[in-house]
Amino acid sequence: MKLNKYFERSLWVFHLNTGSCNGCDIEIVAGLTPRYDLERFGIKLVGSPKHADVLLVTGPVTSKMADRVKRVYAQTPDPKAVIVVGTCGISGGVFYNSYNLSGSIDKVIPVDVYVPGCPPRPEAIINGVLQAWIKLEKLRKTLKDNSPAK
Amino acid sequence: MMEVSLLEIIGRIIGAIIIAFIGIVVGLFYKGLDRKLAAKMQARLGPPLRQPFLDFFKLMIKENIVPENAVPWIFNGVPVLTLVSALTILFYLPVGSIPPLLSGYGDVILIIYLLTLPAIGMVIGGFASGSPYANVGAQREMVMMMSYELPLVTTVISIGWKLSQVYPQINVFSLEVINNHPIWGLVGPLGFVGAIFLLLTLAVVTPGELSKIPFDVPEAETELAGGLLVEYSGRNLALFSLADATKTIVMASLTIVLFFPYNISPLFHLSGFLAIALDTLFFLVKLFLVIFIEVTFIRVAVARFKIDQVSFAYWVPISLMGLLGLVLIFLDHII
Repeated sequence: MKLNKYFERSLWVFHLNTGSCNGCDIEIVAGLTPRYDLERFGIKLVGSPKHADVLLVTGPVTSKMADRVKRVYAQTPDPKAVIVVGTCGISGGVFYNSYNLSGSIDKVIPVDVYVPGCPPRPEAIINGVLQAWIKLEKLRKTLKDNSPAK
Repeated sequence: MMEVSLLEIIGRIIGAIIIAFIGIVVGLFYKGLDRKLAAKMQARLGPPLRQPFLDFFKLMIKENIVPENAVPWIFNGVPVLTLVSALTILFYLPVGSIPPLLSGYGDVILIIYLLTLPAIGMVIGGFASGSPYANVGAQREMVMMMSYELPLVTTVISIGWKLSQVYPQINVFSLEVINNHPIWGLVGPLGFVGAIFLLLTLAVVTPGELSKIPFDVPEAETELAGGLLVEYSGRNLALFSLADATKTIVMASLTIVLFFPYNISPLFHLSGFLAIALDTLFFLVKLFLVIFIEVTFIRVAVARFKIDQVSFAYWVPISLMGLLGLVLIFLDHII
């Protein structure tokens, strides 16, 4: 996997709803409005997982969605990061132990950043993306230090 | 046939590389400016000016996924074709007082043919990626091409016809000739109105040619998930973004050559290197104004049309406007 310093400055986000109540989705859209303006960090909402660098996943994973989540994750080209937005995606939230759930998102795909809240505020989502930045920066540093060229 | 020496060919090749590089850099810079100004108009801060460069360098390191039911050699070859055909047009366009690199080898008719190539490339790429979304996007792009070609050609033909009546001896479709003889000085009041109609026609064709809002139906993000480009990732998507940036300045340059070919250096009685530098600077300012009005402003001001509305808009009102311009210029000449 390759990473360069431009990667964190241009994160394209694909928003994936795995059975959320739409509360978190509205807050994500709020992050793109002029008040919060995620685009000033180079973050762009894209329509296809093939274009995405970050998967913004909301909601508990319903049984029907589990396979689709895996497929969308596989379709996203490397390097990629996954951010879970909302309590439901972290633990199941109010749907905890429900009969038609596959469980939290990290039981289906690997997750990098968790943003708790029901729903989280747009500031919290922006902070979550920032944490993903920091994580990617650290990863780039380790990749650079361990690269065989040096 | 013209005599061509080996030295000249090498010079042209080096010139082509330099022009391609400058064209891409300027195109990406204007793309950043476009995004920044669009954000300002929406009361946002917007991304930094170098954002398209960052996007490009990021896309270059991304994994390139080829779908299972795609045709790999077409799927990977089409982005290169698209970029190359967009860059080729740059070699035929005069910049300020600098003549085009390949002057004498092609005219505005060739440019109209070359302009369809990136669109055809994207259509082929869309069909080759084997996704239903891309398929619908490709079909829409074909409908768009059929719709905007007539008004575009009407504009060019009208200006060529007028020039041929005034100067019967010269090659009127040569871009240098059009660049040296602005249409506004050749026509009377009736023809002036006609030329304004033609300018408006070209201004509406430009966003369609570039697949920008309100004519971005082939790439509709919200309903087609990216349309033609839905399956493209990594390097291929980066090449498409370069082709888009280049095409933007090509279309804006075409507007400038056809309608605003004025230079600023005669005003200051300059000559030599200083005049070329000043004219190039002035050209970039004109380029910015044309892109701002034809792309950025329209993009922010209106929403997307449906495909049938796009087709109707180009076939009926815009075509009629172009033909009206042609008729007015014709009447102006015979009266």
